[in-house]
Amino acid sequence: MSTQAAGASFVRSELLPDRPPPANLVGIFPLLRERLFSNWLNIALTLMSLAIIVLVVPPLVRFLFIDAVWTGTSRDACVSSSGACWPFIQAKIGQFIYGFYPAELYWRPNLVFIAGALLVLPLLIPAAPLKKLNAILFLGVYPFFAFVILNGGNLDLRRFLIGRFVRLDGLPLVGEVAGLKLVFWLDFLLSGTALLAVAIIASAIIGASARAVAKTLLLVLGCIALALLAVDFDFGLQPVGTRSWGGLLVTLVVAITGIVASLPLGILLALGRRSEMPIVRFASVVFIEFWRGVPLVTVLFFATYMLPFFLPAGVNFDGLLRALIGVTLFSAAYMAEVIRGGLQAIPKGQYEGAASLGLGYWQTMNRIVLPQALVIVIPGIVNSFIALFKDTTLVLIVSIFDLLGQLRAAFSDPNWSSPTTLFTGFAFAGIVYFIFCAGMSRYALYLERRAAHGSR
Amino acid sequence: MKKFISTGLIVVGLAFVTFGVAAQAPEAGKAKSTLDQVKDKGFLQCGVSQGLPGFSTPDDKGNWTGLDVDLCRAVAAAIFNDPTKVRYSPLTAKDRFTALQSGEVDVLSRNTTWTMSRDTSLGLNFAGIIYFDGQGFMGRKSLKVSSALELSGASVCTQTGTTTELNVADFFRSRNMKYEVVAFATADEALKAYEAGRCDTFTSDVSQLYALKLKLAKQEEHIILPEVISKEPLGPLVRHGDDRWLDVVKWTLYAMINAEEYGVNSKNVDEMLKSANPEVKRLLGVEGSFGEGVGLTNDWIVRIVKLVGNYGEAFDRNVGAGSKLGIDRGQNRLWSKGGLQYAPPVR
Repeated sequence: MSTQAAGASFVRSELLPDRPPPANLVGIFPLLRERLFSNWLNIALTLMSLAIIVLVVPPLVRFLFIDAVWTGTSRDACVSSSGACWPFIQAKIGQFIYGFYPAELYWRPNLVFIAGALLVLPLLIPAAPLKKLNAILFLGVYPFFAFVILNGGNLDLRRFLIGRFVRLDGLPLVGEVAGLKLVFWLDFLLSGTALLAVAIIASAIIGASARAVAKTLLLVLGCIALALLAVDFDFGLQPVGTRSWGGLLVTLVVAITGIVASLPLGILLALGRRSEMPIVRFASVVFIEFWRGVPLVTVLFFATYMLPFFLPAGVNFDGLLRALIGVTLFSAAYMAEVIRGGLQAIPKGQYEGAASLGLGYWQTMNRIVLPQALVIVIPGIVNSFIALFKDTTLVLIVSIFDLLGQLRAAFSDPNWSSPTTLFTGFAFAGIVYFIFCAGMSRYALYLERRAAHGSR
Repeated sequence: MKKFISTGLIVVGLAFVTFGVAAQAPEAGKAKSTLDQVKDKGFLQCGVSQGLPGFSTPDDKGNWTGLDVDLCRAVAAAIFNDPTKVRYSPLTAKDRFTALQSGEVDVLSRNTTWTMSRDTSLGLNFAGIIYFDGQGFMGRKSLKVSSALELSGASVCTQTGTTTELNVADFFRSRNMKYEVVAFATADEALKAYEAGRCDTFTSDVSQLYALKLKLAKQEEHIILPEVISKEPLGPLVRHGDDRWLDVVKWTLYAMINAEEYGVNSKNVDEMLKSANPEVKRLLGVEGSFGEGVGLTNDWIVRIVKLVGNYGEAFDRNVGAGSKLGIDRGQNRLWSKGGLQYAPPVR
C-alpha cells in the first residue's frame, strides 16, 4: 500500500500540459525569419522575389483592371487608354468560343459542352457510381452524339465496301428514307454478309470456333451499323461543316479527341514495343519512331495539303478529321514511350508471380502490370496531355482556327485595332489556357496522392 | 481503368472506321470544269488570309469582310445570285499556293503580289489586279517632312527578311541619300520601336502602314508620305488549265471596275438598266449576251453590283474613307481620274 503511494509520487499519471513556445519564436517575425531570411542565400532570394513581384504585379493589375476599358463598341473606346480593351473580348467572345459557327445555332455546341461536362465529371470523381456505364456513354456514345449535334449529321453516304468495286447505283433501290440512302445500306448488308461468310470459311479452315468468330464479327458490324446510322440519319438539323467550327470549340474537340484516343493507342503501342513477337515489336518501333521523328507541323501540313495529291480524285477527307487523325497518331507515339517507361519500372517478379498464378498475357497486363505501370507514369501522361492541349494551336497552320487562331484573326479587324488590343487578346488567351492546363495538373496531383494512399 | 482501355481501343477504332467511311465525299468528276463544280457544290471555296485589315478579316458577327473577300462575294453573286454562298479557307502565306494547286480552294483572293515568277512557275494564273499596293513611309508630323525625298539621313524601321529592306536600300542609294536601317523580326516589333522613337520613319506596304497606324497610341501625330517606292500589285489567282474559270474571275473584277467607271452602283443599278448609254446597256446585259459568254446569265453584272457593289464602293467600304483604315485611293483611282485601275470594255 505504502509502496504504491510512494510509486505514485515518482510516476506521473498524466502528461504535463503543453507549454507555450519561447517568446522569440512566437508571431509572424520569427516565422518570416525562419522561412525567408534564415541565411544569406535565402535573404537574397527573398529580396529578388519581392522585387519581381513589385515590378510585375502592380503594372499587371493596373493594365488588367484599373486602367482597363470595360465598355465600348469600337476601337474609339480603347484607343486613348493604356489598359486592357475588354470590349474587344466582349465583341469577339462568340468567335473565341464557337469560331464561325452560326450564332443562331450556338445552342448546339452548348448542348455538346454541357453533355460532355455531365459525362466527364462523374468519370473524374472516384466516388461516383456507374463508372462502366459512364465510360461507355462517354467513349462510345458521346463522340457520335457530339458529331451529329455539331455537324448536323445526315452525311451523304453512298458506298460501303462492295460499292467501291461494283456499281450498285444502277439498281432500282435508289430511294432515300429519312436521309438514309438505300443503296448504301444495301451495300452494307451485302458487305456484312460477305465478310461473315469469309470469316466462317476462314475459321473452318484454321479450325477455330466458327460460332465465336461469327459472334464477334456480328457484334463489331452491329456497332459500325449503329454508328453509321447515327451519322447518316436525318435529324432535321441544319448542317454546319467543320469549316465553320473554331475557337475554344475546336481546341476542345482536338484536345479531347487526341487525349482520349491517344491513351489506349499508346498503351497498345507500348505493349507492342515490349512484345516478344518480332513482327509486332518491329511494327510498333517503326510506328513510334516514325511519328516521333516528324514534327507535328509537318504531320498536319502533310495531312492537309499533300494527301489530296495522293488520294484518288473525288476522295476528300474533312480537314478537321485529317488534323484529328494526325494529332491522335502523333500523340499516341509519345504516349507509348511514356507508358513504356512505366512498364519497365514494374519488377520482373510481378510478371513471374502472375505467370505462376496461371494468368495469360492479357490478364497479366490488365490486372497486374498496367494498373501499377499507369499509376507510376501519371505525371508523364498528364505532361503529354498538357503538351497536346497546347499543341492544338498548331492546327492554325492548316487553316483551322482554334482559340489562338480566332484571336489572331480578330486582331486584324480594323474596327478594333488599337495600341492595347494585342495585349488584351493574349492576356485573355493566356488566362483560358492557364485555367485548363492548371486544372489538368491539379487533378493529376490529386490522382497521384490517391494512388499513393492505396499503395502505402 | 482496365476495362476502359479495351473499350476505349475498340471505340477509337470504330470511330475512325465510321468517320473514314463517312468522310468519303461523293464522286466529283475530274474532267468537270471548275465553274460546273462550283455550281454543283452550291458554293464557292475561297482562299483568304488569316486576317489582314481591310482585305480579309472577320467582323464582330464572324462574317468575313474586306476587299479580297468582296471579290469572292462578287463571284458568288455572279454565279448564284447570292453573295453569301462562299466558304472561306483562311490560309497562311506559305500554304496558299498549295491550297489552290491541290484544289482545296477554287479561287485564291489573298493579297498576293503579282510577280513574274509566281505567274510562270506555280501553275497558277493571276486574274487581274484588285489593289495596287506599294511600299511607303510613315513619319512623325513633328519631323516636318512632306515627301520621302526629304528623308536623307533618316533612320528607317522595317521588318527584316522581306523585300521592303531591299527596296529601301535601292530607293536611298539611287538618290544618293544617307539612311540607316533598323530591322526587326515582326512588323509589330518594328512599329513599337518606331513609336518609341528608335527611328524617324517606318516603312512597309502602304496598306499595312494604314493598318499599323491604328495601333499607335497617338495616330494623329503620324502621317503617311505620298511616295510609293515599289510595285506590289495584289490580285486573285486561279489554277492553270481552266481558262473558262479564269474568265469568270477576271471579268468579275473587271465588271466591278467598269461599273464604277460608268457610274453604276448598288443603289442606282435598277435605274441604270433603263440607261440609253450603249456602254451601260452592254455592261448590264440589256444588249448583247456577254454573260452567257462566260457561262453565266446576261444579267450577271447587275447581280454583282446590286449585291456587292462596284469597285469604288467596295474600296471605300473596306479600306477607303468609309472604313477605319481611311486609305487614300491613290494609284487605285480609275484611269480616268489619274489612277491605274483600268478594265477592258465589255463589248
